[in-house]
Amino acid sequence: MMLMKRRDFLKAGAAATALASLYGCAGGTRASGHVVVVGGGFGGATAAKYLRLWSEGGIQVTLVERHAEFVSCPISNLVIGGVKTLADITVPYDNLRNRWGIRVIQDEATGIDAGKRTVKLAKGGELSYDRLVLSPGVDFLWDQIPGLAKADAQARILHAWKAGPQTVALRQQLESMADGGVYALSIPKAPYRCPPGPYERACLVASYFKQHKPRSKVIVLDANEEVVSKKGLFIKAWDDLYKGIVEYRHNSEVKDVDAGSATAILEFDKCKADVLNVVPPQRAADLAARTGLKLINNRWVDINWLTMESANTPGIHVLGDAIFPAPTMPKSGHMANQHAKLAAAAIINLLAGQEPNPAPVVMNTCYSFVDPKNVIHVASVHQYDPATRLVQPVKGAGGVSAARNEVEGKVALGWAKNIWADMLG
Amino acid sequence: MKPLTLAALLGLAAVAGTAQAADPNLARNLAATCANCHGTNGRAVEGAGLDPLAGLDKAKILQKLADFKSGVKPATIMHQIAKGYTDEQLDLIAGYYAAQK
Ligand code: HEC
Repeated sequence: MMLMKRRDFLKAGAAATALASLYGCAGGTRASGHVVVVGGGFGGATAAKYLRLWSEGGIQVTLVERHAEFVSCPISNLVIGGVKTLADITVPYDNLRNRWGIRVIQDEATGIDAGKRTVKLAKGGELSYDRLVLSPGVDFLWDQIPGLAKADAQARILHAWKAGPQTVALRQQLESMADGGVYALSIPKAPYRCPPGPYERACLVASYFKQHKPRSKVIVLDANEEVVSKKGLFIKAWDDLYKGIVEYRHNSEVKDVDAGSATAILEFDKCKADVLNVVPPQRAADLAARTGLKLINNRWVDINWLTMESANTPGIHVLGDAIFPAPTMPKSGHMANQHAKLAAAAIINLLAGQEPNPAPVVMNTCYSFVDPKNVIHVASVHQYDPATRLVQPVKGAGGVSAARNEVEGKVALGWAKNIWADMLG
Repeated sequence: MKPLTLAALLGLAAVAGTAQAADPNLARNLAATCANCHGTNGRAVEGAGLDPLAGLDKAKILQKLADFKSGVKPATIMHQIAKGYTDEQLDLIAGYYAAQK
């Protein structure tokens, strides 16, 4: 019933610039106002839904997202390994529109005026906001791999680190590769999106080779000193399951590529592959820097852990992979979903003229497939610590799986269904 | 709007300004940290293999969580998660889920 007013409003189809004045008529201490959410991934979609759920329709929400549908990075390595299809990891935004009364605009935010509180859209027009949620993900630092600066090189040497067409294209490259070929995967220095993701990918490509192209090899070129996440469990999987297929090389930063010959260029040597897959170094999406948000290490947005609000720009709450993480916190979809709930609760309080929750808690879990059935996890719980003003990992909590197991293979797929429903259902 | 939440919000007006006072929606916020796996408000996706928590008896939820914490109840992950929350927080979470229809 609370959504009726909202639907009527949607039918009215008001011009974007008039939104703010039409929105937010509820009085008293009930939260009202207009929140624009930029980015419909794990962070942004969750924030949009929970703002509506928890304000009981009091806050009007507009979600700006480039793509027509959500495509999940978690589980996308199973598409690359040939176990799942893109359709299996794609979820529409229909429920956000129809069930939650969120205005979903397929467009790109090209600029933010933090003073005027407006967002510029690529297709023209402006949105005004009372508070902005920015969940923009990462952009790649192509300048660190000069050979990938151009579009034609990027079309040949894929990252497949944003799920979608690249996921399918990488799968096709692996299918076209002859038996006896080499797949080389380059991992940037941490921090990057999804710490265990590259190692999972190495496992699932190796699993595909083992079954269908047994003379082929997987070479992992890791810029890091050692496996960044679930080290013992991944190394055990490579030893037990993929001996002679996976070759892991640490301290092997890819400095450049020769796209034509699919060759990775390292400091002292080269690695020629049949399929070269480069996960480039990353930073918060360019929009964050262009907006003037304070960055740490010139890469990640500095935020306040009670609200997720930018450290230097009031009214803009930043979520997900774009932020400078709290200690031991990974850049993951699960984490972005938790950031979103923290931000939604804070925004609702702030718009009602109240203090944010002084004791927020967030938690993370990352499941990784080491073959199509067996999974390993890493988990952590983070509680707000007033002394450091950070959400600190709780000692003695969290940890990794005792061993890879099929029970968690089922749980991981159930996790995906539940988190997709939690954000988009 | 559910009357309960409105009451909670109005109640907050009285304590606004004292930053250290507990948020009246603390139980809701804490419970939401479990929703990634157990579903929004504890309504897990049917057939996805994860247990719903909505509407379960509060004492039973607390007992299970205590058994995860102590290791009495074998688990793939809940023993590691439960240890991240204080007993007071788990009490709030269990109460919140028990109250979901
Ligand atoms: C990463 C996924 C995940 C998260 C997050 C999670 N759980 Fe669980 N939960 C599970 C799994 C899996 C089980 C089955 C036991 C196991 O293998 O650990 C379970 C079982 C349970 C059970 C027993 C249900 C029954 O009917 O036997 C309870 C109670 C529970 N969880 C409560 C919680 C609470 C409270 C939270 C948040 C503080 C939470 N869970 C967060 C995955 C999760």
